[in-house]
Amino acid sequence: MKVLVTVKRVIDPYVKVRVKSDGSGVETANVKMAMNPFCEIAVEQAVRMKEAGLVTEIVALSIGTAQSQETLRTAMAMGADRGILVEVAGEVQPLAVAKVVKAIADKEQPKLVIMGKQAIDDDSNQSGQMTAALLGWPQSAFTSAIAVNGDSAEVTREIDGGLEKMSIKLPAVVTTDLRLNEPRYVTLPNIMKAKKKPLEVVKPEALGVDVAPRLKTLKVEEPPKRSAGVKVADVAELVAKLKNEARVI
Amino acid sequence: MAILVIAEHDGKQLKPGTTNTVTAAAKIGGDLTVLVAGSGCAEAAQAAAKIAGVGKVLLADAAQYAGSAAENLAALVQGIAGNYSHILAPATGYGKNFMPRLAALLDVQQISDISAVVSPDTFVRPIYAGNAMATVQSADKVKVITVRATGFDAAGEGGSAAVENLAAGPDTGLSKFNGQELSKSDRPELTAARIIVSGGRGMGSGENFKILEALADKLGAAVGASRAAVDSGFVPNDYQVGQTGKIVAPELYIAVGISGAIQHLAGMKDSKVIIAINKDPEAPIFAVANYWLVEDLFKAVPEFTASL
Repeated sequence: MKVLVTVKRVIDPYVKVRVKSDGSGVETANVKMAMNPFCEIAVEQAVRMKEAGLVTEIVALSIGTAQSQETLRTAMAMGADRGILVEVAGEVQPLAVAKVVKAIADKEQPKLVIMGKQAIDDDSNQSGQMTAALLGWPQSAFTSAIAVNGDSAEVTREIDGGLEKMSIKLPAVVTTDLRLNEPRYVTLPNIMKAKKKPLEVVKPEALGVDVAPRLKTLKVEEPPKRSAGVKVADVAELVAKLKNEARVI
Repeated sequence: MAILVIAEHDGKQLKPGTTNTVTAAAKIGGDLTVLVAGSGCAEAAQAAAKIAGVGKVLLADAAQYAGSAAENLAALVQGIAGNYSHILAPATGYGKNFMPRLAALLDVQQISDISAVVSPDTFVRPIYAGNAMATVQSADKVKVITVRATGFDAAGEGGSAAVENLAAGPDTGLSKFNGQELSKSDRPELTAARIIVSGGRGMGSGENFKILEALADKLGAAVGASRAAVDSGFVPNDYQVGQTGKIVAPELYIAVGISGAIQHLAGMKDSKVIIAINKDPEAPIFAVANYWLVEDLFKAVPEFTASL
Protein backbone atom coordinates (compact mmCIF):
# COMPACT_ATOMS: atom_id res chain seq x y z
CA MET A 1 0.00 0.00 0.00
CA LYS A 2 0.99 3.59 -0.53
CA VAL A 3 1.48 6.02 2.36
CA LEU A 4 1.36 9.80 2.16
CA VAL A 5 3.29 11.54 4.91
CA THR A 6 3.36 15.28 5.53
CA VAL A 7 6.35 17.31 6.75
CA LYS A 8 6.51 20.94 7.88
CA ARG A 9 9.56 23.17 8.09
CA VAL A 10 9.53 25.04 11.40
CA ILE A 11 11.89 26.96 13.66
CA ASP A 12 14.12 24.42 15.40
CA PRO A 13 12.31 23.42 18.62
CA TYR A 14 15.40 24.12 20.71
CA VAL A 15 15.72 27.71 19.50
CA LYS A 16 14.26 30.39 21.76
CA VAL A 17 11.96 32.40 19.53
CA ARG A 18 12.01 36.19 19.56
CA VAL A 19 8.95 38.31 18.93
CA LYS A 20 9.51 41.00 16.30
CA SER A 21 9.52 44.51 17.72
CA ASP A 22 6.77 45.63 15.31
CA GLY A 23 4.44 42.94 16.67
CA SER A 24 3.93 41.34 13.26
CA GLY A 25 5.19 37.89 14.20
CA VAL A 26 8.32 36.11 15.38
CA GLU A 27 11.78 36.54 13.94
CA THR A 28 12.55 33.85 11.34
CA ALA A 29 15.48 35.49 9.51
CA ASN A 30 18.80 33.76 10.25
CA VAL A 31 17.09 31.34 12.62
CA LYS A 32 17.89 27.62 12.54
CA MET A 33 15.06 25.65 10.95
CA ALA A 34 14.21 21.96 11.24
CA MET A 35 11.55 19.41 10.44
CA ASN A 36 8.66 19.62 12.91
CA PRO A 37 9.35 16.85 15.49
CA PHE A 38 5.91 15.25 15.12
CA CYS A 39 6.42 15.10 11.34
CA GLU A 40 9.72 13.26 11.92
CA ILE A 41 7.75 10.67 13.88
CA ALA A 42 5.28 10.45 10.98
CA VAL A 43 8.07 9.81 8.45
CA GLU A 44 9.71 7.29 10.77
CA GLN A 45 6.43 5.39 11.12
CA ALA A 46 5.99 5.18 7.34
CA VAL A 47 9.58 3.99 6.90
CA ARG A 48 9.22 1.32 9.59
CA MET A 49 6.04 0.08 7.91
CA LYS A 50 7.88 -0.10 4.61
CA GLU A 51 10.76 -1.96 6.23
CA ALA A 52 8.19 -4.40 7.66
CA GLY A 53 6.90 -5.06 4.14
CA LEU A 54 3.52 -3.40 4.73
CA VAL A 55 4.13 -0.36 2.58
CA THR A 56 5.29 -0.25 -1.03
CA GLU A 57 5.75 3.48 -1.54
CA ILE A 58 6.14 6.53 0.71
CA VAL A 59 5.29 9.93 -0.72
CA ALA A 60 6.37 12.91 1.38
CA LEU A 61 4.41 16.16 1.05
CA SER A 62 5.36 19.60 2.28
CA ILE A 63 3.55 22.91 1.93
CA GLY A 64 5.57 26.10 2.19
CA THR A 65 8.34 28.12 0.67
CA ALA A 66 10.99 26.76 -1.72
CA GLN A 67 13.20 26.10 1.34
CA SER A 68 10.79 23.36 2.37
CA GLN A 69 12.54 21.27 -0.30
CA GLU A 70 15.27 20.77 2.32
CA THR A 71 12.69 19.29 4.68
CA LEU A 72 11.50 16.96 1.93
CA ARG A 73 15.10 15.90 1.27
CA THR A 74 15.41 15.05 4.97
CA ALA A 75 12.23 12.96 4.73
CA MET A 76 13.69 11.18 1.70
CA ALA A 77 16.98 10.64 3.52
CA MET A 78 14.96 8.96 6.28
CA GLY A 79 13.40 6.67 3.67
CA ALA A 80 10.57 8.39 1.78
CA ASP A 81 10.64 7.48 -1.92
CA ARG A 82 9.70 10.81 -3.45
CA GLY A 83 8.63 14.30 -2.51
CA ILE A 84 5.97 16.82 -3.46
CA LEU A 85 6.27 20.47 -2.53
CA VAL A 86 3.17 22.60 -2.79
CA GLU A 87 4.86 25.95 -2.95
CA VAL A 88 3.24 28.79 -1.02
CA ALA A 89 5.06 31.99 -0.05
CA GLY A 90 3.02 33.19 2.91
CA GLU A 91 1.28 31.76 5.95
CA VAL A 92 -0.68 28.54 5.41
CA GLN A 93 -3.34 27.88 8.03
CA PRO A 94 -4.54 24.38 8.96
CA LEU A 95 -7.75 24.44 6.89
CA ALA A 96 -5.69 25.31 3.80
CA VAL A 97 -3.19 22.59 4.68
CA ALA A 98 -6.02 20.07 4.90
CA LYS A 99 -7.40 21.16 1.51
CA VAL A 100 -3.99 20.72 -0.10
CA VAL A 101 -3.43 17.31 1.52
CA LYS A 102 -6.89 16.24 0.35
CA ALA A 103 -6.12 17.35 -3.22
CA ILE A 104 -2.84 15.38 -3.19
CA ALA A 105 -4.54 12.36 -1.58
CA ASP A 106 -7.22 12.43 -4.28
CA LYS A 107 -4.45 12.23 -6.88
CA GLU A 108 -2.12 9.78 -5.15
CA GLN A 109 -4.77 7.50 -3.60
CA PRO A 110 -2.77 6.48 -0.51
CA LYS A 111 -4.26 3.97 1.90
CA LEU A 112 -2.86 5.84 4.86
CA VAL A 113 -2.00 9.49 5.47
CA ILE A 114 0.36 10.00 8.42
CA MET A 115 0.73 13.53 9.81
CA GLY A 116 2.26 15.09 12.91
CA LYS A 117 -0.33 15.84 15.60
CA GLN A 118 0.84 19.41 15.97
CA ALA A 119 3.36 21.81 14.47
CA ILE A 120 5.45 23.36 17.19
CA ASP A 121 5.29 26.83 15.61
CA ASP A 122 1.59 27.74 15.53
CA ASP A 123 0.59 24.91 17.94
CA SER A 124 -2.77 24.53 16.19
CA ASN A 125 -3.19 20.74 16.32
CA GLN A 126 -5.81 20.70 13.53
CA SER A 127 -4.50 19.69 10.12
CA GLY A 128 -4.76 15.89 10.46
CA GLN A 129 -8.28 15.89 11.84
CA MET A 130 -9.35 18.42 9.18
CA THR A 131 -7.81 16.33 6.40
CA ALA A 132 -9.72 13.26 7.60
CA ALA A 133 -12.95 15.29 7.62
CA LEU A 134 -12.47 16.60 4.08
CA LEU A 135 -11.64 13.13 2.77
CA GLY A 136 -14.52 11.57 4.71
CA TRP A 137 -12.05 9.11 6.23
CA PRO A 138 -11.66 7.87 9.80
CA GLN A 139 -9.06 9.56 11.97
CA SER A 140 -6.75 8.42 14.70
CA ALA A 141 -5.33 11.52 16.33
CA PHE A 142 -2.46 11.42 18.90
CA THR A 143 -1.55 7.84 17.98
CA SER A 144 0.97 5.87 20.03
CA ALA A 145 0.62 2.50 18.27
CA ILE A 146 -0.70 1.29 14.93
CA ALA A 147 -1.04 -2.19 13.48
CA VAL A 148 -2.37 -2.45 9.92
CA ASN A 149 -4.48 -5.50 9.29
CA GLY A 150 -5.74 -5.72 5.72
CA ASP A 151 -8.41 -3.08 5.19
CA SER A 152 -8.39 -1.84 8.76
CA ALA A 153 -5.95 -0.82 11.46
CA GLU A 154 -5.85 -1.30 15.20
CA VAL A 155 -4.71 1.92 16.83
CA THR A 156 -3.88 3.14 20.31
CA ARG A 157 -4.37 6.83 21.04
CA GLU A 158 -3.04 8.94 23.88
CA ILE A 159 -5.93 10.54 25.75
CA ASP A 160 -5.93 12.70 28.88
CA GLY A 161 -6.72 9.84 31.24
CA GLY A 162 -4.53 7.18 29.62
CA LEU A 163 -4.94 5.28 26.36
CA GLU A 164 -7.79 4.58 23.95
CA LYS A 165 -8.02 1.63 21.55
CA MET A 166 -9.89 1.81 18.26
CA SER A 167 -10.27 -0.07 15.00
CA ILE A 168 -10.35 2.19 11.99
CA LYS A 169 -11.23 1.39 8.40
CA LEU A 170 -8.66 2.20 5.74
CA PRO A 171 -8.04 4.56 4.07
CA ALA A 172 -7.54 6.73 7.14
CA VAL A 173 -5.61 9.66 8.54
CA VAL A 174 -3.32 9.05 11.51
CA THR A 175 -1.62 11.78 13.53
CA THR A 176 1.42 10.96 15.59
CA ASP A 177 2.11 11.38 19.27
CA LEU A 178 5.51 11.25 20.94
CA ARG A 179 5.46 7.62 21.98
CA LEU A 180 4.74 6.19 18.50
CA ASN A 181 8.43 5.76 17.75
CA GLU A 182 11.83 7.36 18.05
CA PRO A 183 12.90 8.83 14.70
CA ARG A 184 16.22 7.70 13.25
CA TYR A 185 19.13 9.96 12.50
CA VAL A 186 19.81 10.44 8.81
CA THR A 187 23.13 9.09 7.59
CA LEU A 188 25.41 10.74 5.05
CA PRO A 189 24.99 7.99 2.40
CA ASN A 190 21.22 8.33 2.74
CA ILE A 191 21.45 12.12 2.42
CA MET A 192 23.39 11.59 -0.82
CA LYS A 193 20.84 9.06 -2.08
CA ALA A 194 17.97 11.41 -1.22
CA LYS A 195 19.38 14.05 -3.55
CA LYS A 196 18.62 11.77 -6.48
CA LYS A 197 15.04 10.99 -5.49
CA PRO A 198 12.26 12.73 -7.46
CA LEU A 199 10.85 15.97 -6.05
CA GLU A 200 7.90 17.59 -7.76
CA VAL A 201 6.96 21.23 -7.17
CA VAL A 202 3.37 22.32 -7.71
CA LYS A 203 1.40 25.48 -6.99
CA PRO A 204 -1.84 25.38 -5.00
CA GLU A 205 -3.69 26.97 -7.93
CA ALA A 206 -2.81 23.92 -10.04
CA LEU A 207 -4.62 21.84 -7.41
CA GLY A 208 -7.59 24.21 -7.38
CA VAL A 209 -7.05 25.04 -3.71
CA ASP A 210 -7.45 28.49 -2.17
CA VAL A 211 -4.80 28.77 0.54
CA ALA A 212 -5.53 32.37 1.60
CA PRO A 213 -5.48 32.65 5.42
CA ARG A 214 -8.88 32.87 7.10
CA LEU A 215 -7.63 34.14 10.44
CA LYS A 216 -6.10 37.59 10.50
CA THR A 217 -3.23 38.01 12.94
CA LEU A 218 -3.66 41.46 14.46
CA LYS A 219 -0.54 41.37 16.63
CA VAL A 220 2.01 39.08 18.22
CA GLU A 221 3.39 39.96 21.64
CA GLU A 222 5.76 38.63 24.28
CA PRO A 223 3.96 36.72 27.03
CA PRO A 224 3.90 38.31 30.48
CA LYS A 225 7.18 37.70 32.32
CA ARG A 226 7.30 36.03 35.70
CA SER A 227 8.96 38.14 38.34
CA ALA A 228 12.35 36.94 39.51
CA GLY A 229 12.31 34.35 42.25
CA VAL A 230 14.61 33.68 45.17
CA LYS A 231 17.01 30.90 45.97
CA VAL A 232 16.44 29.19 49.29
CA ALA A 233 19.21 27.61 51.33
CA ASP A 234 17.45 24.47 52.54
CA VAL A 235 14.14 22.64 52.85
CA ALA A 236 13.31 24.39 56.13
CA GLU A 237 13.54 27.80 54.46
CA LEU A 238 11.53 26.54 51.47
CA VAL A 239 8.71 25.29 53.68
CA ALA A 240 8.74 28.52 55.69
CA LYS A 241 8.46 30.60 52.50
CA LEU A 242 5.58 28.47 51.21
CA LYS A 243 3.74 28.76 54.51
CA ASN A 244 4.37 32.38 55.45
CA GLU A 245 5.13 34.26 52.24
CA ALA A 246 3.33 32.45 49.41
CA ARG A 247 0.72 30.96 51.77
CA VAL A 248 0.04 28.01 49.50
CA ILE A 249 0.53 25.13 51.94
CA MET B 1 -25.57 35.56 19.53
CA ALA B 2 -26.07 31.93 20.42
CA ILE B 3 -23.17 29.94 21.75
CA LEU B 4 -22.76 26.18 21.96
CA VAL B 5 -20.33 24.69 24.48
CA ILE B 6 -19.53 21.02 24.05
CA ALA B 7 -19.04 19.44 27.46
CA GLU B 8 -16.31 16.98 28.30
CA HIS B 9 -17.47 14.42 30.81
CA ASP B 10 -17.09 10.85 32.02
CA GLY B 11 -20.80 10.05 31.78
CA LYS B 12 -21.51 11.11 35.36
CA GLN B 13 -19.48 14.22 35.98
CA LEU B 14 -18.16 17.07 33.90
CA LYS B 15 -14.41 17.17 33.30
CA PRO B 16 -12.67 20.21 34.77
CA GLY B 17 -12.12 22.15 31.50
CA THR B 18 -15.84 22.33 30.75
CA THR B 19 -16.73 24.99 33.31
CA ASN B 20 -13.75 27.13 32.25
CA THR B 21 -15.03 26.88 28.68
CA VAL B 22 -18.43 28.13 29.87
CA THR B 23 -16.69 31.18 31.35
CA ALA B 24 -14.98 31.85 28.01
CA ALA B 25 -18.38 31.58 26.30
CA ALA B 26 -19.87 34.03 28.81
CA LYS B 27 -17.10 36.51 27.96
CA ILE B 28 -18.13 36.33 24.30
CA GLY B 29 -21.71 36.94 25.45
CA GLY B 30 -24.95 35.40 24.20
CA ASP B 31 -27.45 32.62 24.87
CA LEU B 32 -25.54 29.66 26.15
CA THR B 33 -26.35 26.03 25.32
CA VAL B 34 -24.27 23.08 26.51
CA LEU B 35 -24.19 19.84 24.52
CA VAL B 36 -23.53 16.64 26.43
CA ALA B 37 -22.92 13.82 23.98
CA GLY B 38 -21.93 10.31 24.99
CA SER B 39 -23.13 6.85 25.77
CA GLY B 40 -24.97 6.76 29.10
CA CYS B 41 -24.42 10.39 30.07
CA ALA B 42 -27.76 11.64 31.45
CA GLU B 43 -26.15 12.30 34.82
CA ALA B 44 -23.48 14.51 33.23
CA ALA B 45 -26.27 16.47 31.50
CA GLN B 46 -27.84 17.13 34.89
CA ALA B 47 -24.46 18.41 36.12
CA ALA B 48 -24.22 20.72 33.08
CA ALA B 49 -27.71 22.09 33.80
CA LYS B 50 -26.45 23.33 37.18
CA ILE B 51 -23.64 25.49 35.78
CA ALA B 52 -24.39 29.17 36.34
CA GLY B 53 -25.27 31.01 33.13
CA VAL B 54 -26.29 27.97 31.06
CA GLY B 55 -29.65 28.48 29.34
CA LYS B 56 -30.20 25.02 27.91
CA VAL B 57 -28.60 21.59 27.88
CA LEU B 58 -28.81 19.26 24.89
CA LEU B 59 -28.34 15.58 25.64
CA ALA B 60 -27.32 13.23 22.82
CA ASP B 61 -27.12 9.82 24.44
CA ALA B 62 -26.34 6.99 22.03
CA ALA B 63 -23.95 4.05 21.77
CA GLN B 64 -22.18 5.63 18.80
CA TYR B 65 -20.79 8.37 21.05
CA ALA B 66 -18.90 5.98 23.33
CA GLY B 67 -15.21 6.86 23.66
CA SER B 68 -13.80 9.84 21.79
CA ALA B 69 -15.91 9.18 18.67
CA ALA B 70 -14.51 12.09 16.65
CA GLU B 71 -16.23 11.13 13.40
CA ASN B 72 -19.72 10.73 14.88
CA LEU B 73 -19.42 13.67 17.25
CA ALA B 74 -18.32 16.04 14.48
CA ALA B 75 -21.22 14.84 12.32
CA LEU B 76 -23.68 15.40 15.18
CA VAL B 77 -22.55 18.95 15.85
CA GLN B 78 -22.39 19.75 12.13
CA GLY B 79 -26.12 19.02 12.05
CA ILE B 80 -26.94 21.74 14.59
CA ALA B 81 -24.09 24.18 13.89
CA GLY B 82 -26.37 26.50 11.89
CA ASN B 83 -28.09 27.54 15.13
CA TYR B 84 -24.95 29.04 16.66
CA SER B 85 -22.51 31.90 16.13
CA HIS B 86 -19.81 30.24 18.25
CA ILE B 87 -19.01 26.63 19.08
CA LEU B 88 -16.56 26.05 21.94
CA ALA B 89 -14.96 23.03 23.57
CA PRO B 90 -12.10 22.63 26.03
CA ALA B 91 -8.64 22.38 24.42
CA THR B 92 -8.06 18.98 25.99
CA GLY B 93 -7.33 15.66 24.35
CA TYR B 94 -11.11 15.37 23.91
CA GLY B 95 -11.78 18.74 22.30
CA LYS B 96 -8.62 18.74 20.20
CA ASN B 97 -9.67 15.45 18.68
CA PHE B 98 -13.07 16.27 17.16
CA MET B 99 -13.24 20.08 16.97
CA PRO B 100 -10.91 20.48 13.96
CA ARG B 101 -12.91 17.76 12.21
CA LEU B 102 -16.08 19.76 12.86
CA ALA B 103 -14.43 22.99 11.69
CA ALA B 104 -13.36 21.41 8.40
CA LEU B 105 -16.87 20.02 7.81
CA LEU B 106 -18.16 23.59 8.27
CA ASP B 107 -15.36 25.06 6.10
CA VAL B 108 -14.20 27.15 9.05
CA GLN B 109 -10.67 27.86 10.30
CA GLN B 110 -10.69 26.79 13.94
CA ILE B 111 -9.14 29.05 16.56
CA SER B 112 -7.15 26.73 18.84
CA ASP B 113 -6.42 27.04 22.50
CA ILE B 114 -7.60 30.60 23.21
CA SER B 115 -6.40 32.12 26.47
CA ALA B 116 -8.42 35.36 26.29
CA VAL B 117 -11.48 36.80 24.57
CA VAL B 118 -10.93 40.29 23.14
CA SER B 119 -14.28 40.58 21.34
CA PRO B 120 -16.76 38.15 19.76
CA ASP B 121 -14.48 37.75 16.73
CA THR B 122 -11.03 38.40 18.24
CA PHE B 123 -9.10 36.12 20.56
CA VAL B 124 -5.65 35.69 22.08
CA ARG B 125 -3.84 32.39 21.73
CA PRO B 126 -0.35 31.22 22.63
CA ILE B 127 1.99 30.14 19.82
CA TYR B 128 5.55 28.76 19.88
CA ALA B 129 5.01 26.93 23.18
CA GLY B 130 3.66 30.09 24.78
CA ASN B 131 6.74 32.13 23.92
CA ALA B 132 4.53 34.47 21.91
CA MET B 133 0.89 35.48 22.20
CA ALA B 134 -1.03 36.05 18.96
CA THR B 135 -4.20 38.12 18.73
CA VAL B 136 -6.28 36.74 15.86
CA GLN B 137 -9.51 37.79 14.22
CA SER B 138 -11.93 35.46 12.48
CA ALA B 139 -14.36 36.41 9.72
CA ASP B 140 -15.85 32.91 9.50
CA LYS B 141 -19.63 32.64 9.84
CA VAL B 142 -19.33 30.29 12.81
CA LYS B 143 -16.41 30.59 15.18
CA VAL B 144 -15.11 27.16 16.12
CA ILE B 145 -12.91 27.59 19.19
CA THR B 146 -11.02 25.43 21.66
CA VAL B 147 -10.37 26.97 25.06
CA ARG B 148 -7.28 26.77 27.23
CA ALA B 149 -8.80 26.11 30.64
CA THR B 150 -6.03 27.88 32.56
CA GLY B 151 -6.92 31.17 30.85
CA PHE B 152 -10.41 31.28 32.38
CA ASP B 153 -11.88 30.74 35.85
CA ALA B 154 -14.26 27.85 36.34
CA ALA B 155 -17.94 28.85 36.16
CA GLY B 156 -19.78 28.24 39.39
CA GLU B 157 -22.99 26.38 40.11
CA GLY B 158 -26.43 27.86 40.57
CA GLY B 159 -28.04 27.28 37.18
CA SER B 160 -31.18 25.28 36.55
CA ALA B 161 -31.29 24.85 32.79
CA ALA B 162 -33.74 22.51 31.10
CA VAL B 163 -32.30 19.33 29.59
CA GLU B 164 -33.61 18.51 26.10
CA ASN B 165 -32.94 15.32 24.23
CA LEU B 166 -31.16 15.71 20.92
CA ALA B 167 -31.70 12.95 18.38
CA ALA B 168 -28.50 11.11 17.55
CA GLY B 169 -26.80 12.12 14.33
CA PRO B 170 -25.53 9.75 11.66
CA ASP B 171 -23.39 6.78 12.67
CA THR B 172 -20.53 7.06 10.19
CA GLY B 173 -19.27 3.55 10.99
CA LEU B 174 -15.73 4.73 10.17
CA SER B 175 -14.18 3.60 13.43
CA LYS B 176 -14.94 1.22 16.24
CA PHE B 177 -14.29 2.02 19.90
CA ASN B 178 -12.45 -0.82 21.64
CA GLY B 179 -12.16 0.61 25.12
CA GLN B 180 -9.90 2.78 27.22
CA GLU B 181 -7.09 1.99 29.62
CA LEU B 182 -7.33 4.71 32.21
CA SER B 183 -4.70 5.34 34.84
CA LYS B 184 -6.26 4.70 38.22
CA SER B 185 -5.42 7.13 40.96
CA ASP B 186 -6.95 8.46 44.13
CA ARG B 187 -5.10 11.71 43.66
CA PRO B 188 -6.72 14.75 42.03
CA GLU B 189 -6.65 15.14 38.25
CA LEU B 190 -3.69 17.11 36.96
CA THR B 191 -5.79 19.78 35.29
CA ALA B 192 -7.96 20.29 38.38
CA ALA B 193 -5.37 19.99 41.16
CA ARG B 194 -4.56 22.89 43.49
CA ILE B 195 -1.04 21.54 43.95
CA ILE B 196 1.05 19.49 41.51
CA VAL B 197 4.27 17.62 42.25
CA SER B 198 6.10 16.90 38.99
CA GLY B 199 9.18 14.80 38.32
CA GLY B 200 11.66 14.85 35.48
CA ARG B 201 14.58 12.87 34.14
CA GLY B 202 16.41 13.51 37.42
CA MET B 203 14.07 11.03 39.13
CA GLY B 204 16.11 8.28 37.51
CA SER B 205 13.38 5.62 37.53
CA GLY B 206 9.66 4.99 37.90
CA GLU B 207 10.34 3.39 41.27
CA ASN B 208 11.81 6.67 42.52
CA PHE B 209 8.51 8.47 41.78
CA LYS B 210 7.34 6.93 45.07
CA ILE B 211 9.08 9.72 46.97
CA LEU B 212 7.11 12.26 44.92
CA GLU B 213 3.87 10.38 45.54
CA ALA B 214 4.53 10.46 49.27
CA LEU B 215 4.99 14.23 49.09
CA ALA B 216 1.92 14.59 46.88
CA ASP B 217 -0.21 12.61 49.32
CA LYS B 218 0.87 14.83 52.22
CA LEU B 219 -0.11 17.90 50.18
CA GLY B 220 -3.25 16.47 48.55
CA ALA B 221 -1.51 17.05 45.25
CA ALA B 222 -1.57 15.49 41.78
CA VAL B 223 1.57 13.94 40.31
CA GLY B 224 2.85 15.06 36.93
CA ALA B 225 5.98 14.60 34.86
CA SER B 226 8.10 16.11 32.15
CA ARG B 227 8.26 14.57 28.69
CA ALA B 228 11.72 13.20 29.49
CA ALA B 229 10.30 11.18 32.39
CA VAL B 230 7.43 9.85 30.26
CA ASP B 231 9.67 8.99 27.30
CA SER B 232 12.01 7.17 29.69
CA GLY B 233 9.05 5.02 30.76
CA PHE B 234 9.08 6.19 34.40
CA VAL B 235 5.36 7.10 34.31
CA PRO B 236 2.46 6.81 31.80
CA ASN B 237 1.76 9.36 29.06
CA ASP B 238 -1.16 10.95 30.89
CA TYR B 239 1.29 12.39 33.46
CA GLN B 240 2.92 14.63 30.85
CA VAL B 241 2.81 18.38 31.43
CA GLY B 242 4.01 20.53 28.55
CA GLN B 243 3.47 22.11 25.14
CA THR B 244 1.93 18.97 23.69
CA GLY B 245 0.80 17.36 26.94
CA LYS B 246 -1.38 18.87 29.62
CA ILE B 247 -1.45 22.59 30.30
CA VAL B 248 -1.74 23.29 34.01
CA ALA B 249 -1.81 26.35 36.24
CA PRO B 250 -2.20 25.21 39.85
CA GLU B 251 -1.72 27.35 42.95
CA LEU B 252 1.55 25.55 43.57
CA TYR B 253 3.72 23.64 41.11
CA ILE B 254 6.64 21.69 42.55
CA ALA B 255 9.18 20.77 39.85
CA VAL B 256 11.57 18.07 41.00
CA GLY B 257 14.54 16.96 38.92
CA ILE B 258 13.14 18.84 35.93
CA SER B 259 15.69 20.87 33.98
CA GLY B 260 13.07 23.12 32.38
CA ALA B 261 13.00 22.59 28.61
CA ILE B 262 10.96 25.19 26.68
CA GLN B 263 8.38 22.49 25.97
CA HIS B 264 7.86 21.76 29.66
CA LEU B 265 7.73 25.42 30.72
CA ALA B 266 4.97 25.89 28.13
CA GLY B 267 2.73 23.60 30.16
CA MET B 268 3.20 25.06 33.65
CA LYS B 269 4.59 28.59 33.60
CA ASP B 270 1.20 30.12 34.37
CA SER B 271 1.13 28.37 37.76
CA LYS B 272 0.68 30.83 40.63
CA VAL B 273 3.69 29.71 42.66
CA ILE B 274 6.45 27.55 41.20
CA ILE B 275 9.15 25.89 43.24
CA ALA B 276 12.03 23.93 41.74
CA ILE B 277 14.35 21.43 43.32
CA ASN B 278 17.36 20.48 41.23
CA LYS B 279 20.98 19.74 41.97
CA ASP B 280 22.12 21.58 38.83
CA PRO B 281 22.58 25.27 39.79
CA GLU B 282 22.24 26.22 36.11
CA ALA B 283 18.85 24.47 35.50
CA PRO B 284 16.65 26.72 33.29
CA ILE B 285 13.63 25.86 35.44
CA PHE B 286 14.98 28.28 38.07
CA ALA B 287 14.24 31.19 35.72
CA VAL B 288 10.49 30.68 36.18
CA ALA B 289 10.57 29.55 39.82
CA ASN B 290 9.44 31.73 42.73
CA TYR B 291 11.63 29.69 45.05
CA TRP B 292 14.36 27.31 44.12
CA LEU B 293 16.56 24.93 46.01
CA VAL B 294 19.85 23.60 44.68
CA GLU B 295 20.05 20.21 46.32
CA ASP B 296 19.95 16.49 45.61
CA LEU B 297 16.25 15.66 45.24
CA PHE B 298 16.68 12.30 46.99
CA LYS B 299 17.68 14.20 50.13
CA ALA B 300 15.40 17.23 49.75
CA VAL B 301 12.09 15.55 48.86
CA PRO B 302 11.91 13.13 51.82
CA GLU B 303 12.95 16.00 54.10
CA PHE B 304 10.19 18.17 52.59
CA THR B 305 7.61 15.39 53.12
CA ALA B 306 8.76 14.81 56.71
CA SER B 307 8.48 18.52 57.54
CA LEU B 308 4.79 18.74 56.60
